[in-house]
Amino acid sequence: MALQSLDIKQRSATTTPAPQARQTMEIAKLIDVSACIGCKACQVACMEWNDVREEVGHNVGVYDNPTDLTENAWTVMRFTEVEENNKLEWLIRKDGCMHCSDPGCLKSCPAPGAIIQYSNGVVDFHQENCIGCGYCVTGCPFNVPRISKKDNKAYKCTLCSDRLAVNQAPACVKACPTGAIEFGSKEDMKDYAGKRIADLKERGYDKAGLYDPPGVGGTHVMYVLHHADRPGLYAGLPENPSISPLVSLWKGATKPLATFALGLAALGSLFHYVIKGPNEVAREIEEEIEKEDAS
Amino acid sequence: MTNHWVDIKNADLILVMGGNPAEAHPCGFKWAIEAKKTRKAKLVVVDPRFNRTASVADFYAPLRSGSDIAFLGGVINYLIANDKIHKDYVKAYTNASFLVDPGFKFSDGLFSGYNEEKRSYDKGSWSYQLDKDGYAKIDESWQDPNCVWQLMKAHYARYTPEMVAKVCGTPKESFLKVCEYIAETAAPNKTMTSLYALGWTEHSVGSQNIRCMAMIQLLLGNMGMAGGGINALRGHSNVQGITDFALYAQQLPGYLAAPTDADKDIKSFLEKKTTKALRPGQMNFYQNFPKWYVSLQKAWWGDAATKDNGFAFDYMPKLAGASDVLSIFDQMYQGKINGFLCQGFNPLASVANKKKVSDALAKLKYMVVMDPLATDTSEFWKPYGEFNEVDPAKIPTEVFRLPTSLFAETAGSFTNSGRVILWRWKAAEPPGDAKDDTEIMATLFLKLKEMYAKDGGAFAEPIQKLTWAYRIPNKPSPEELMMEYNGKALADVVDPKDATKVLVKAGDQLPSFAMLRDDGTTTCGNWIYCGVWSQAGNNSARRDNSDPSGLGQTLNWGFAWPVNRRILYNRASADPSGKPWDPKRTVLRWTGKVWGGNDIPDMRPDAAPEENVMPFIMNPEGVARLFARDLMAEGPFPEHYEPFETPLEANPMHPQNPKAKSNPAARVYKGDMEAFGNAKDFPYVATTYRLTEHFHFWTKQSLVNAIMQPEHFVEIGEELAKEKGIAAGDRVKVRSNRGFIKAVAVVTKRIKAFDIDGKKVHTVGIPIHFGFKGATKPGFITNTLTPFVGDANTQTPEYKAFLVNIEKA
Repeated sequence: MALQSLDIKQRSATTTPAPQARQTMEIAKLIDVSACIGCKACQVACMEWNDVREEVGHNVGVYDNPTDLTENAWTVMRFTEVEENNKLEWLIRKDGCMHCSDPGCLKSCPAPGAIIQYSNGVVDFHQENCIGCGYCVTGCPFNVPRISKKDNKAYKCTLCSDRLAVNQAPACVKACPTGAIEFGSKEDMKDYAGKRIADLKERGYDKAGLYDPPGVGGTHVMYVLHHADRPGLYAGLPENPSISPLVSLWKGATKPLATFALGLAALGSLFHYVIKGPNEVAREIEEEIEKEDAS
Repeated sequence: MTNHWVDIKNADLILVMGGNPAEAHPCGFKWAIEAKKTRKAKLVVVDPRFNRTASVADFYAPLRSGSDIAFLGGVINYLIANDKIHKDYVKAYTNASFLVDPGFKFSDGLFSGYNEEKRSYDKGSWSYQLDKDGYAKIDESWQDPNCVWQLMKAHYARYTPEMVAKVCGTPKESFLKVCEYIAETAAPNKTMTSLYALGWTEHSVGSQNIRCMAMIQLLLGNMGMAGGGINALRGHSNVQGITDFALYAQQLPGYLAAPTDADKDIKSFLEKKTTKALRPGQMNFYQNFPKWYVSLQKAWWGDAATKDNGFAFDYMPKLAGASDVLSIFDQMYQGKINGFLCQGFNPLASVANKKKVSDALAKLKYMVVMDPLATDTSEFWKPYGEFNEVDPAKIPTEVFRLPTSLFAETAGSFTNSGRVILWRWKAAEPPGDAKDDTEIMATLFLKLKEMYAKDGGAFAEPIQKLTWAYRIPNKPSPEELMMEYNGKALADVVDPKDATKVLVKAGDQLPSFAMLRDDGTTTCGNWIYCGVWSQAGNNSARRDNSDPSGLGQTLNWGFAWPVNRRILYNRASADPSGKPWDPKRTVLRWTGKVWGGNDIPDMRPDAAPEENVMPFIMNPEGVARLFARDLMAEGPFPEHYEPFETPLEANPMHPQNPKAKSNPAARVYKGDMEAFGNAKDFPYVATTYRLTEHFHFWTKQSLVNAIMQPEHFVEIGEELAKEKGIAAGDRVKVRSNRGFIKAVAVVTKRIKAFDIDGKKVHTVGIPIHFGFKGATKPGFITNTLTPFVGDANTQTPEYKAFLVNIEKA
């Protein structure tokens, strides 16, 4: 933490200014969907490096497994079969945190220091400060963070911030056998993406392009897509992701008001408790609810 | 592989057919992606399923499982009809101009010499016309009706695009599109690499699938070229190694033919195996057979192998009959085998027809399983509910489980698909009482030897006199073993032209098989590995990846057999005058005095082009065979035959001849023919395969792999799913005439119904990896379903095409 603390760009629910003394290079992970074979080596590398294990699940009728991101599965491959004009495509996208320049999770997080953005672009969760409120889940335009049932804290891809700190590429990048995941400065990754896109255009993918959505200020995980005009084809990759207006509202002008309202509510509860004692739900209402649950 | 993994990056076209490297060889597949990225190579996939490889392909064409020869025969016809042949190459380097015995005939699906009763051919007429010197006659104009070119042209003229569509179910436009891609590589400076794996071998016509592609590669002039070749993607990290060391019992290490009961003495045996050149001036490399064979006998029996006793020829076990995996389990099933040493093998899961295998194992007195894992086979006797319904009370077999170290827990070498032998170092200690396989085998051997010494026994000499010069007798080290199979000089090896010139000093490790002698002065445990541990040391441990050619030849990285050659037949990468067909990808060129370039020449180094020494030095003709003479069981030209379980009434190529329905030369055991199902009860074509997430039947025991792909599933197309009322995620029951499995249904657009001659044919895809032991959800063994019949040449079972029915469980 010591050195990295110099590189903090933003910290959730914190007003003290970020360190300014040094500037790190902006990095990015580039996922070339057109070279990805869905082998899941990245999933394995992620689990191995971060020492997390999802449960052995079930096959639910598709190749995807684990079937969704979880607190133990920080990246998953999403397989989509698309058939248009008699041409079948099996689009395979590695899903996980996009490390937005303008991170909705961080913006919406009320816990000081639970979410950090480094000046290289990595958005990292610091679970020791996480209060498990789940606002980051709401704030994320990509539906990435997951709250652990075990410790009620939020988890997601760290972009292997621990590896980056010692000049190692993320584990998934290292494990990828086909070079479908590349890592470097964001500048270099854009250059490289340009070459891949030119190749795809030559192969008839007129709409090939880079996914680096401006709605979140660009991302530090980018995709080369054959159909950049329709990211939704890739298991619902958002077309124009942006932070929910509610988050802006909550973090913007209304924040002091909201804080005040929260405080008021807390005070009100206290008064209520002191005056009336604990809330008791009438027996009839409880039964009613149970009946509804059963039906 | 005739070429190697890295060389795939040199291809202009990567044709994947009979394999699925993105799925099964993801690491090697990086070179296909590299070719796409850096050479703008095209990737074309032909497969019954739109698979992971197809997901990154430029073009995909479907074909019905088991119809590959019809497709490839169609390609040959297309290339000939459209004059997309590399003519200069074909003229110089193949047997297109050779004249064939006029008695050779092909009619109604059968070649001349068929014996229906024996299900085999008298191959007398499958040969060349010879002149008075014993050389093959040729007609350089290719006009003689009996020349290979004319015969081949006529043979494949029947494989029209319409016929291909009818047999394979491949839409005609798709087939023609693939042909166009392939035809482009007939240009001298364009190459196609053919990547295949078990999708070709695991058919009753497996070897002919591969041969058919070899013919195409010859017609295009792609053999010997960088970015060309016929490339078998081997399944296990060291299966190339085990194949090199006599995986098939009919061969000795280095693919030397093993003697049989009929071979009474070494003289007649060597005479029989030593070929005579079929064209003047050819290298006819098999003339060296006696040197390789005698050196092997010397390696095994040392001083006990003398000139006088035929180098201990009598000690070498003689084959009494078939000894492939199917024949062994059939004999076991008939109760003819008492004991079974099962080493690194899980036959209950991996051999066809689990019921027959299980019944066979139950007839043993004992079975010893040597494996790092508790395999399904080691618990074949144990009930696991419906996954393994057996009654232990009725199984007398005594099972011993000897835990062995895993590959990372022992040093040794791997030989990869590209024939590159790479040393590996021990990474960890094996757990508990696990021991190296070599230690177990050595201990067993020493015990046997001791018992023979004490108690005597019939014909003890082969065991008593076996070379066993290891420092610790019960622990032969991997280093000692590798030095032993490399071989050494027992006396000074001298230049045959000048006896005063000593080439190798007595006691030294041999640098190459060129130093082997047939007089008992050299030893060699595997002639093709000779050079791997020379006086320079362990060449397989070299890790210099410098690549001056830029072609990925890396001659100082490990050691490739033979003699560190990276691309086989590389003389054919240059034209007859010695100039590379493609100077940008020079593998070999004639420098004026010797062959130079970027590889070890597959040619006598000083054979000047004018000498007309042809590139296919292992063939007595010197050229490659479009017509395979008498070497294949079912014919000199590949012909389409239906799988033994086919959805069709007849072979569409020969509807009137029931004898030509399925491979007429394939061996079928009593009872197995009866166990074949018919299309009425089992209307769907099933094919089995591997998934990226798992490795055969091992990784179901590994937690992380189990997380990635936790449960047995089968794949069906949307149309069949709808017909059967099956939704994705439903549990389904798949039946063949040999049993059933239950698994989860994956309903996919990637498997489509085929239109075969007006009949709709559905495919059911079944991954193999699951079973009742492991970290994955307990499951059935896929090979419960598969038929007990194999390729007529290798006896590899037909796992890829058989019949099933499917219903909601």
